Amino acid sequence: MKAIAARIAQALGLVLAVIVLNFFLIQIAPGDAATAIAGEQSASDAEIIEEIRAQYGLDKPLLTQLGIYIGNVARGDLGNSIWFNEPVTDLLMERIWPTVLLSAAALGFALILGVTVGTLAARKPDSLVSHSITVLALVGFAMPAFWTGLLLLILVGVNFDFFPVSGFHDLDFEGNWFESWLDIGQHLILPALTLGIIYLAQYSRLSRASMLEVLESDYVRTARAKGLSERSVIFKHGLRNGIIPVVTILGLQFGAVLSGAILVESVFAWPGLGRLAFEAVGRRDTPVLLGVLLLVSVSVIVANLLTDLVYRLIDPRIRVSGGTNG
Amino acid sequence: MAEIFVDQDRGDAGSAKGQALQLFLRNRAAVFGLLLLITVFVMTFIVPIWYVRDPGDLIARPHLRPGTDGAPFLGTDNLGRDLLAVIVYGGRTTLRVAAGAAVLIVAVGVTIGSVAGYYGRWVDAALMRFTEFFQVLPGLLFAIVVVALFEPSFWTITFAIGSVSWPGIARLTRAEFLRLKNLEFVKAARAIGASDFRIITRVILPNALPTLIVSSTLIMGSAILFEAGLAFLGLADVNSPSWGLAIGRGRETFTINWWAVTFPGLAIFATVLGLSLVGDGLQDAFNPKLRGR
Repeated sequence: MKAIAARIAQALGLVLAVIVLNFFLIQIAPGDAATAIAGEQSASDAEIIEEIRAQYGLDKPLLTQLGIYIGNVARGDLGNSIWFNEPVTDLLMERIWPTVLLSAAALGFALILGVTVGTLAARKPDSLVSHSITVLALVGFAMPAFWTGLLLLILVGVNFDFFPVSGFHDLDFEGNWFESWLDIGQHLILPALTLGIIYLAQYSRLSRASMLEVLESDYVRTARAKGLSERSVIFKHGLRNGIIPVVTILGLQFGAVLSGAILVESVFAWPGLGRLAFEAVGRRDTPVLLGVLLLVSVSVIVANLLTDLVYRLIDPRIRVSGGTNG
Repeated sequence: MAEIFVDQDRGDAGSAKGQALQLFLRNRAAVFGLLLLITVFVMTFIVPIWYVRDPGDLIARPHLRPGTDGAPFLGTDNLGRDLLAVIVYGGRTTLRVAAGAAVLIVAVGVTIGSVAGYYGRWVDAALMRFTEFFQVLPGLLFAIVVVALFEPSFWTITFAIGSVSWPGIARLTRAEFLRLKNLEFVKAARAIGASDFRIITRVILPNALPTLIVSSTLIMGSAILFEAGLAFLGLADVNSPSWGLAIGRGRETFTINWWAVTFPGLAIFATVLGLSLVGDGLQDAFNPKLRGR
C-alpha cells in the first residue's frame, strides 16, 4: 500500500512539473502576451496594453503568476484560444475523442495481430513467419509513419473508392447512428493501419522473444507432461505469462503512440489532438499548442501509473520489492 | 570516441576487437546495412562534387515524371525543382541535424547516467526523477512546441530533438554503471587511489562502451525520423532542403506526382534501416550470446 501511495505521489509531482514547464515555456517564448492579446483586439495604445497586463495579472511577480497559473490549470482553465476565441479546454475535449479512437484502433490491431503472429513464430523459430518478423520489425521501425501513410494513400486510397482519403466523416453524410459509425470506421481503416504497422512490428518481435522463453520454462513442460492439449498449453499457460512484457511496453509507449498520431492525423486530415496542435503552430495559437502538450503529458503520466499499478497486481514479485528498477 | 577510452595495456583488447569485427563482417544483414549507409554517404557528400545544382532552382516544368523527355533523373517536384538535387543536398541537412542531436543526446545521457549510477543514493534518486520527467514528455509534441515557439533553425531543431531523446541513454548508462561499479577491477582502481573522475571516465566507461555504441547507432536512426517528422510538418529551416521537407511539399499533389513523395521517403527509409542493421550487427558482434533475440 505504501509503495502505491508513493507511486501516486510521484505521478502528481510529475504533473506539477509539467504544469511548471508549460508556464515557463510561455514566459521564455519570444513575444509579449499582452501585446499579442492587444493585437487581437487591434489595439496598440500603451495604455490599453498596460490595462491588459493588469487584467491578466501579467504585471505581478513571476512566482505569483505561476501560482495563479497552477490554480487555473487545477480548475481546468487553460486560457482562451487566440484563433477560435474559445476556451482551450473545450477545444481539447472536442478533439480528444478522434485521437483516442485512432490510437485505440491502431494499438488493438497491433496487439491482437502482433501477439498472434509472435506466438505462432515462437512455436517454429526457424519458420518463414519467424524470419519475416525480424525483417518486418526492422522495416517497421525505419519507415517514417507519415511516409507509410502517404504510400498507402497512393497505392490504395486513390485506386479504390472504398477507402476515403481524408477526414473523419463524409462531408455530405446523412444517416442514423449505425451508418454514422460505419462511415467513421471506413475513414479509420487507413490511418489506424498506418499507425498500427509500427507497433505491429514491435509487438510481434517482443511476443516472439517472450513466448520463446516461456515455452522453454518448467511449468509449460509440466503442462505438456500432464497431457494437456497443445492449445491449452499455449493459450492458458504460455500466453498468460508471455503477454506481460507486451502489455507493459504498450502502457509505457502511450506517449510515443500519441506522438505518432500527430503525424498520421496530419496526413489523413483526422480531426484529433495532433491535427489541432499542428494547426495551432500555423496559427501561432500558443495557448492551444501548450494545452495539447499539457493534456498529452498528463495522459502519459496517468497511463504509466496505471500500467505500473496493474503490473503490481499481476506480478507479486514487484509488489514485494517495490518500485520499478532502471 | 572509441579510441580514447580503450585501455592500452590490455593485451587481449586487440584480438577481442578483431573477433568482433569478424563476427560483424560475417553477418550478412549488418554488411547490407553498412552498404546502405555507404551509399547514403556517397550520395550526400561525394555526388554533389560533380552533380553541382542549386536544389532551389526551378529547372523544368513541374510534375515531370522520371524518364520522360527533358526530365531529370528522378523527375521534378510540384514547382519544377530537380528532385535528385533536392534529395542529394537535402541529405546534408537531415544528417547534420541527426548527428548534432546524437552528440547532444549521448553527451547529456552518458553524463547524467554515469553520475547517477556511480554515486547512487540521493544523487541517483534526484537525477532519476529529473530523467523521468523528460521521459513522460511526449517527444514529438514537445519538440513541435519548442521549434514553434523559437523559430525553426539548425540549433532549435537539434536542441528540441536532443532534449526529449536523452533519457534512454541515461538509463542505459546508469544500468551499466550499477552493474560494473562493484566489480574487482573498479575496487582495485579505487584502492590505488584513483579519483572518482578517473574511475568514471577511464575505468568504468570503457567497459560500458559496446552497449553505448550500439544504442547510439539506433539513436541516430530515431533522430533522423524525428527531424523528418518535424520537417514534414513544416517545422524546418525552409532555406535548406531536407528529405522531410520535400515529402511535406510533395504531399499536396501526391495523386499526380507520386515520385516527389516516394523517393525522399526512400532516402529516409534506407538511412534508418542501414543504421538499425549496423546497430543490430554490432550488438551481435559485441555480445554473441544475445543473438537472435
